[in-house]
Amino acid sequence: MNMQSLILRTAGQFILPLLLLFSLFLLLRGHNEPGGGFIAGLVAASAVSLHLFAMDTAAARRILLAAPRDLIGWGLTLGVVSAVPSIFLGEPFFTSIWFELTLPVLGTLKLGTPLFFDVGVYMVVVGSVLTIVLNLAEEH
Amino acid sequence: MLLAVLSGFLIAALAPALYRLTPRFAAPLLALLPAALFIWFAQLLPQISAGGSLRISHAWIPGLSINLSFLVDGLSLLFALLISGIGTFIILFAGRYLGGHRDLPRLMVLLLCFMAAMLGLVLSDNLISLFVFWELTSITSYLLIGFNHEDAKARAAALQGLFVTVGGGLALMTGLIMLGLIGGSFELSELLDQRDALQAHPLFVPMLLLILAGAFTKSAQFPFHFWLPNAMAAPTPVSAYLHSATMVKAGVYLLARLQPALGDNSLWLTLLGLTGAVTMLLGIYLASRSTGIKQLLAYSTVMALGTLTMLIGLGTDKALAAMIAFLVAHSLYKGALFMIAGVLDYSTGSKDFLTVRGMARRMPITTLTAILAALSLAGVLPLFGFIAKEMMLESVLHAPRLAKVLTVFAFLAATLGVTAALVIGVRPWFGAPLPTQKPFRQAPAALLAGPVVLTLLSLMFGLFPAWPEATLLAAAASASAGHAVTPGMALWHGVNTPLLMSLGALVLGALLFARWASWRRLTQATETLALRVGPERLYVVLMDGLVRFSAWQTRVLQNGYLRYYLITTLMTMTALVWTAAGLNHGSFTFHLTLSDIAPHEFVIAGTLAAAAIAAALTSERLGAVAALGAIGFTVALTYVLFSAPDLGITQVLVETLTVILLVLVLFRLPGFLTLSSRPVRLFDALVGLIVGGTFTVLLLAVTATRYYHSISSYFIEHSVPDGFGRNIVNVILVDFRALDTLGEIAVLALAAIGVFAMIKLRAEDHR
Repeated sequence: MNMQSLILRTAGQFILPLLLLFSLFLLLRGHNEPGGGFIAGLVAASAVSLHLFAMDTAAARRILLAAPRDLIGWGLTLGVVSAVPSIFLGEPFFTSIWFELTLPVLGTLKLGTPLFFDVGVYMVVVGSVLTIVLNLAEEH
Repeated sequence: MLLAVLSGFLIAALAPALYRLTPRFAAPLLALLPAALFIWFAQLLPQISAGGSLRISHAWIPGLSINLSFLVDGLSLLFALLISGIGTFIILFAGRYLGGHRDLPRLMVLLLCFMAAMLGLVLSDNLISLFVFWELTSITSYLLIGFNHEDAKARAAALQGLFVTVGGGLALMTGLIMLGLIGGSFELSELLDQRDALQAHPLFVPMLLLILAGAFTKSAQFPFHFWLPNAMAAPTPVSAYLHSATMVKAGVYLLARLQPALGDNSLWLTLLGLTGAVTMLLGIYLASRSTGIKQLLAYSTVMALGTLTMLIGLGTDKALAAMIAFLVAHSLYKGALFMIAGVLDYSTGSKDFLTVRGMARRMPITTLTAILAALSLAGVLPLFGFIAKEMMLESVLHAPRLAKVLTVFAFLAATLGVTAALVIGVRPWFGAPLPTQKPFRQAPAALLAGPVVLTLLSLMFGLFPAWPEATLLAAAASASAGHAVTPGMALWHGVNTPLLMSLGALVLGALLFARWASWRRLTQATETLALRVGPERLYVVLMDGLVRFSAWQTRVLQNGYLRYYLITTLMTMTALVWTAAGLNHGSFTFHLTLSDIAPHEFVIAGTLAAAAIAAALTSERLGAVAALGAIGFTVALTYVLFSAPDLGITQVLVETLTVILLVLVLFRLPGFLTLSSRPVRLFDALVGLIVGGTFTVLLLAVTATRYYHSISSYFIEHSVPDGFGRNIVNVILVDFRALDTLGEIAVLALAAIGVFAMIKLRAEDHR
C-alpha cells in the first residue's frame, strides 16, 4: 500500500526514528514512570505502521531486525528465560532478581530480571501487532 | 540435581546450533551430556546402596505446595542410570542411523528434551512436578512418533499414542491430587509411610482406580496396549529409547513407587495381577506371530510391561526383587534388539522377517549380539534374562493369591517368549541368504556400540549377579517394597520347579518355532476378530463419535454470525448475574448522590453516551468508526481523570492502532447496507438495554459494598521496597503478577498467529 504523499514521506523520515527512540524511552522508564513494555510496544508498532503508510510494506519490514513472527517467539522465550534464574538461587519461580552494575562515568545501573521480562513483553506486542498489520497490508 | 534434570532442556536448545557448526561431530558431542549424567548418577551409587537417600527441594509455587523436589533412592537411581546410560547410546546411534536426514537436529532436540523430562519424572518427589514431567514425556513422545510428519500413518499413530496416554494422564492428575489431599502432603517421601491412613480413607478406591488408569495407559496394559505397536512408526532409535527402555516404563515406575503406600490389599493385587498377566500373555502371543521385527519387539515389550505390573501387584519381597531384575534384563536386551533391528535396516533396507535371511556370514558381530540378546529374551542360561525369569516364576508360584492362574499364564508366556526369541535370534541370520532390498552396506561402529555393550552387560550381570545386586538392585527392590529386601540373585539355584518349567517352556517354544508358519496360519482368525471387536476398534469408534459430536456442537454454537455470538455471550452473562443474585437472596443496595459528581464528569459521561448512540444509529461506516473512536478516547480521558495514566496511554494507543487496522480493511469491505429488519433491530436494542442496565446496577452495587480489603494497599506499600519501582502498574505487570503477564502475552501471540493463519488460508483459497 502506498499513499504516495510527499509530505507524509518526508515527515516520516524524521518522525520514525523519534518514535522508535520514544518507545525505547517509554520501555526503560516504565518501572518508575508511566510506560512499560506493553505501551512501548504499541508505540513502536504504530511507528512502523506509519512508515508502512508513508512508504510500503517492504520498507516497513526492513526496519525490523527480524520477521515479526520471530519477534513473537523470541519475546516469549525471553519472558520465560527471565523467570528461570530465581530457581537456581533457591527462590520460587519468577522471583525477581536484581543486581547493580557500577559504570565508570554514568554511576550505578540497576538491572533486574523484570527488565528482561518487560523487553520480552515489548517484543511480543511489537511482533503480534505487526504480524497482523503487515500481513493485512500485503494481502491482495 | 536441578541442573542434572534441566540440563537436557538447556542442551536441547543448543543442539540445532551445534548441528550448524559441526554436523559431523554434533551427535557424539551431544551424547556427552547423557554420558556425564550417567557418571554423575553412578557416583551416588555407594551412598544409595548403603541404604541412604538424597532429597533436594526448590520452591516452585510454594503457595500451592508445588515444589521442584527430587528424591534419589534405589528405585529412582536405577531408572536414572537406565535413562542416561541407554540415552548415551541412543543419541550416538540416532546420529548415525539418520545421518544426513534433514530433520536430524529436531530429533536430537526432542530426544534430549524427552530424556530431561523422563529424568524429572523418576526423580520427582513432588506429585505435581512428577505429573508435569509425566505429561512432558507424553508430548515429546507424540512429537517423536510423528517425526516423519509427512506420513499420514505416523501422524495418526502419534495422535493415538497422545490421546491414550494423555487421557490416562488426566485421570492420573485427579488421582494424584486426591492422594495429596488425603495424605496431607504432595511430597512422595512423606506419603509413602502413611499406608494405613491412606487405605482407610473412604475415597481410597476411586483414587486408586484413577492412578491406575494413568499408569496402565502409559505402560500399555490391556486394553490400552494397542497404541504401543502403532508407535513403531517412529524412527528405530526412538522406539528403542521411548517405547521400550524408558517411557513406557513410567507407569511401572509409578506403581513400584507407590506400592508401599497403596499396595498390599486385595484390590491392588487382583487388578494389577490379572491385568498384568493378561497383558503379558496377550503381548507375547501377538509377538510370536508378528513378521515385522519392530512389531515383534513392540509386542514383546507389552509382554514385559505386563509381567512387571503383575509382579508389582503380587507385592511380595520376592516378586518385587524379580520385578527389578526383570526390568533391568528387559531394558538391556530390548534396547539392544531394537538397535539391532535398526542395524539390519541400515545394512539391508528391510525390517521384515520374511524378506531378510542368511545375514550371519555378512554381519557376524551383529548376529552374535542378536543371538545373545535373544537368549536373554528367551530366558536361557547364563544371561541375566534367565535369572530374571527364574525369579519371576518363583514368585508367581508363591503368589499370595491367584497363584494357580498366574502360574499357568506365566508358563504359557514363557513358552511363547521362547518362540518369539527364536524368530528374532534365528530367522534373519541363518538359512539360505535372500537378496537384500538395498545394496548391502556394513554398519559402522557407532551403530554397533550400543547393542554390543548392552548385550555384554546382559552376559556379565548373568554370570556375576551378585555385583549388580549389591551395587543397586537390592536398594531398588527395597525402595519399592518400603523395607529392606535381599533378593539373593544367583545363576544356579539347583533343580527346582521354576527350572523345570523353564525347560518345558524351552522345548515347547522351540517346537512352535519349528512350525512357525503353521502357527501363524492357525492363529490368523484372532487377528480378524480383534480388528472387528478389539480395543483398537473401540478407540476408533470413540474418536469418530467425538469428531461427530464436535462437528455438531460447532454447527450449533459457532454459526459464524458475530451478532449471535454477542447475544449468546452477553445474555448468558446477564442471566448468571441475576441467578447468582437470586440464589444469594441478595438485594442490591446502593446510594447514588448526584451532588458527588463533578460537572466535568457529567460532560464526559454525556459525550460517552452520545457517541455510543451515534455509533448505533449512524448509516455510514466511517461515521460508525469515528463514533467508536470518540468512545475510546473518552474512556481514555476517564482513566486519566481517575489517575491511571498507564491505562489511559494504552487506551489511546489501542485506539490509534484500531484506526490503522480499520484503514487496512475498510476499502475491502462491501458497501454499508442495512440488512436487519426493524423487529430484529428492536430486539438488539432490547438486549443492549438489558445488558447495559444489569452492569450499571452491578457496578453501583459493587462500589457501594466492600466485602474484602482492597489489595491495592499491599501493592502500594511493597512496590518500591520489593519491586524497586515507583510505577505500581508496571511493577505488578512484570514482577508481582509476572506469571499472569506471561499468560497474557502468550494469548496475544496466539491471537496474532490465528489472524496470520486466517489471512494466509484465505489467500490460499483465492489461488
